[in-house]
Amino acid sequence: MTQNAPFFTPDRSQYPAKKADGTLDIDIASGKYLKLWQGPNHPGITGNMSVELTVCGDEVVEGKTHVGYLHRGFEKLMERRTFIQCFPIVCRICVPEPDFNEYCYAAAVEELAGIKSPERADWIRALILEMGRINSYMMYLGGQAGALGLGVIGQWTTYARDLMLDRFEELTGARIYHMFIMPGGVRDGLPEGFDKRMEETLREVESTLKDVYDVMFCNAVFKKRTVGVGYIDPALVDSYGITGPNARAAGVAKDVRKDQPYLIYSQLDFEPVLGQDSDIFTRADVRRRDVLVSVDLVRQILAKMPRTGPLMATVPNVLHWKIPRGETYIRGECSRGEYGYYLVTDGSGYPRRVNVRGPSYTHAVSLLERMIVNLNISDVASLMVSLHTYPPEIER
Amino acid sequence: MRELHTKLKSLFPVGDLTEQRSNLGFVTVPQEHLRAVLVHLRDREGFTHLVLLTAVDWLEAGQFQLTYLLSNRTAGKDLGVRVMLARDGATMQSIHDVWPTAATYQRELREMFGIDFPGSPRLHEEFILEGWNDIPPYRRDFDTLKYAQENYSERPGRVTHDPAAHMKQKLNSGGN
Repeated sequence: MTQNAPFFTPDRSQYPAKKADGTLDIDIASGKYLKLWQGPNHPGITGNMSVELTVCGDEVVEGKTHVGYLHRGFEKLMERRTFIQCFPIVCRICVPEPDFNEYCYAAAVEELAGIKSPERADWIRALILEMGRINSYMMYLGGQAGALGLGVIGQWTTYARDLMLDRFEELTGARIYHMFIMPGGVRDGLPEGFDKRMEETLREVESTLKDVYDVMFCNAVFKKRTVGVGYIDPALVDSYGITGPNARAAGVAKDVRKDQPYLIYSQLDFEPVLGQDSDIFTRADVRRRDVLVSVDLVRQILAKMPRTGPLMATVPNVLHWKIPRGETYIRGECSRGEYGYYLVTDGSGYPRRVNVRGPSYTHAVSLLERMIVNLNISDVASLMVSLHTYPPEIER
Repeated sequence: MRELHTKLKSLFPVGDLTEQRSNLGFVTVPQEHLRAVLVHLRDREGFTHLVLLTAVDWLEAGQFQLTYLLSNRTAGKDLGVRVMLARDGATMQSIHDVWPTAATYQRELREMFGIDFPGSPRLHEEFILEGWNDIPPYRRDFDTLKYAQENYSERPGRVTHDPAAHMKQKLNSGGN
């Protein structure tokens, strides 16, 4: 952290004492401290959330995450919808990478209903998930650079993401909410000439990444402000429920695709991308290299996938679909970490309970509140973006 | 998964194992033994990752089910530990000192289901809702439609028709 650099010794004489219950004794009226709201309307915030900062000088002494700005009660809504009516709702839970909701929900319903999706559908599902991952990372890279004033990176990555959205559009008919992975399989196969156009898009993604590497990762300002800032101790990984690139940048090889391979990932050749230094720079670099892994996986999937065969399993009449009592948990490795659906059924035509486990739930609340202490105000935005959080998966 | 269950059964009065998949099981534990079971699973059996903590409302049975889903990454196994609580005055011991992240889940459960976790940090601070004064909204007996009708007004110009009557009227008037 900047304040821990050897040439800077922070003045802690004004720091608040701890009360008996462990909370800080902050007396705003004393004039030593200032409350500062970063968000919900702030360029340095990830989506619709806010962090209530208490600062002493320009150092943060306490940070509290506030969510609830876009709570739409998805989990409650789903309890009043039939299983097929839930299918178009779930993707709304995460805007930049909606496909994991579709996959986890579909797989949970299939498991409890005793349905097996066809092999060809599994390959197409994996293809869509990897395409979504590339998009999500591209958005992240733009955000991470933007938090440090490198606005041009966001424009380049948005260009590459837009090309991928074109591929989504020709495959699924939609750019953002695809509603393609249905319980039972997928809605359609690949259109004619898709492979060729996808290859062109992947080359553009690779070329954009090369530019991003040169301008962002080799940039002196970016390095100065991210190397050594926002360190996550690998010992915290399990106690704080850290998953995905945030854990992998700390050297912990947590990747659901390898640990508990789902869909067809056991047939693909890849290694989880690892980092060592566990700072903002390493997390950004792990994600950049992860895009390249995903690009390779898309190529592998297109080369290996079966081109003929059914796309949907036989599903009961969806208007009268009742699923026996049971409960299950399905997880997948999304761009931010472990995404999962806990589904409980009670034998009726409606889910008894759907619980969405989004990786941001732990990253943006308990982890962020711990990491933000003693940080300089100017590094808060960069730290928050580096955890890659999406508020809707916190409040669902 | 069965071996683990046998081992657990020899130590704690746990219920039967529901084997959902070869790598996912669910087991019910009495309320007072939960903490000991969780600590044992974390320290001795390698279930170091608390995946989620959530509640299911079994309104008809007058019970809440709390599910603590734990994961052992090296063995690739997940175990859901269930606790059944009486719905009236539901109170559960806090596990925020076992997993710090549990405090967030417990805050949400208190707000959304009205389950109390004495001692959990910042439990009574608002998490998602603001100024909520109705019954906790994720309980099954909270009627979202009724709440919306009582608290919000309909958008002007919006008319709801009974489909059958509407079509009949349309057809009889020559489609105009």
